[in-house]
Amino acid sequence: MASLKPKAVEQNITRNPLKWFDDRLPLVSLINNSVGRNFPAPKNLNYMWNFGSLAGIALVIQILTGLFLAMHYKADVALAFDSVQHIMRNVQWGWLIRNLHMVGASFFFIVVYVHMARGLYYGSYKSPREVLWGIGVIIFLIMMATAFMGYVLPWGQMSYWGATVITNLLSVIPFVGDEVVVWIWGGYSVGDPTLTRFYALHFLLPFVIVGIVILHIWALHEHKSNNPTGLDLQDEKDFIPFHPYYTVKDIFGLGVYLIAFALMVFYAPDYLGHTDNYIPANPLVTPAHIVPEWYFLPFYAILRAIPIKELGVVAMFGSILILFVLPWLDSSRVRSARYRPLYRSLYWVFLLNFLVLGWVGSKPPEGIYVLIARFATAYYFLFFALLPVVARVEKTRKLPKTIDEA
Amino acid sequence: MAKPSSKPTASASDVDADRRKFLVGTTAAVGAVGAACCAVPFVGSMAPSRDVAAQATVDINLSEIPEGEAKTYLWQGKPVFVWHRNAAQIAAAKAGDTTSTMDPEPDAKRVQKPEWLVVLGICTHLGCVPIRNDEVGGWRCPCHGSQFDVSGRVIHGPAGTNLHIPPYTFVDDNTLRIG
Repeated sequence: MASLKPKAVEQNITRNPLKWFDDRLPLVSLINNSVGRNFPAPKNLNYMWNFGSLAGIALVIQILTGLFLAMHYKADVALAFDSVQHIMRNVQWGWLIRNLHMVGASFFFIVVYVHMARGLYYGSYKSPREVLWGIGVIIFLIMMATAFMGYVLPWGQMSYWGATVITNLLSVIPFVGDEVVVWIWGGYSVGDPTLTRFYALHFLLPFVIVGIVILHIWALHEHKSNNPTGLDLQDEKDFIPFHPYYTVKDIFGLGVYLIAFALMVFYAPDYLGHTDNYIPANPLVTPAHIVPEWYFLPFYAILRAIPIKELGVVAMFGSILILFVLPWLDSSRVRSARYRPLYRSLYWVFLLNFLVLGWVGSKPPEGIYVLIARFATAYYFLFFALLPVVARVEKTRKLPKTIDEA
Repeated sequence: MAKPSSKPTASASDVDADRRKFLVGTTAAVGAVGAACCAVPFVGSMAPSRDVAAQATVDINLSEIPEGEAKTYLWQGKPVFVWHRNAAQIAAAKAGDTTSTMDPEPDAKRVQKPEWLVVLGICTHLGCVPIRNDEVGGWRCPCHGSQFDVSGRVIHGPAGTNLHIPPYTFVDDNTLRIG
């Protein structure tokens, strides 16, 4: 328990208002300790370490633009589609706010995928950062749920049929599957009650993510950032204060990010979307070729690769849930792939394979695409299955003593 | 100010451990039951509301479906295919009794009258609406490629079961009531 002895408390509010306030509620200290002068960060972080703070900013952009969209959107099957068109055509700057939100979702996923790939490459999930990694996987899952429900809101054909297919995944739950699906729908098909509750949850979940992000940062602070060498750093001279060094570097990265973001928002806002979603939802006609948003394609490919419904669903959820046990599958003591030649090769094939899964997920489920999807699915899981073996047989390169030596 | 002690102030001899254990256990149990009771109305509120549940039946005028063709109707927000099968299609369905082996079920069990096939137009894989597939005489799902024969039986995965049959009755020769 903290000492209860009184500290030297500033009594004069005019002499030093900031210290006066901080002595009563240490808010400034909290920020300084979290992302400021008092937070030591390894001095050798490369640009791959920009994506954590970028993800945080992407989340804030989604919450802010979403708030303003919520002031005009109507969650009613008779009004939803038109209210989105109303935002695009009549609401002052509505087109901009909606495009920011729509493209922002895609960019959020790009940033998070890079952030995860970074962790996978440099072994950031290994002891003592297993909980930090696990919390990250939880954030990823909630993010996927939020994005899925957000995509339903415009109530176009893809919204409706995406919602139908994804909610039907739950029908594989033994014994009560069908009842669970009806309960989720609030009816006997995706309809008005479904849209309204998805809207409520789509509004709530981002704030849940904010809460869990705070836990994520808390866990990060316990053992500080990993670094490109993956070495455990003990020496004080291996660290530099987060502010100003990494705040400045992060702001530079943010500038680059915002330029790419703005290009997409202004010149190709619909590039990653589907034209079918500009057709109002019709429960009688399924579009000839339905696909989810691009960020779900790899997992969609895994779902379709397996011809048995139940197994396909299990494999799809399993492909994400397996990330929770990654720290225990990979028992190698060396963190960074820089010093793990075998792991590094498997890693790059895994990344390429993930892109192949995404590509094949966008293709119709027939002919050669089915075969490719099956091989890619097999490798996805093989990668994880091989990790314990790799840890045993791999001859790692000699680790440097310090990061200065690396 | 006295330094607070992390140890309980009562000495061990004052504590009736069994009594404490019993009280903690019963309090936790009552609390858990209370929490479960609180959850009931909230979980229940998400189930289909009374007006949604009340839209249970729909009547169909059969004279508007020409022989050999199928029409789609909306029942409880779900599409229902009503197919007025001709003699050749009925024969094909009977022949399918031996070839449709993924979820075997004779055609005679799937219809009340052989000329009327009534099935839910919802793919048993993940809920898309299948489209007519004249090659096999039945339906094909555009989403994941499942196929169904002239009796709505699955003949190609990923779906594993036949198209469902909604409850229905023939009110008279010209009227079908679904639900």
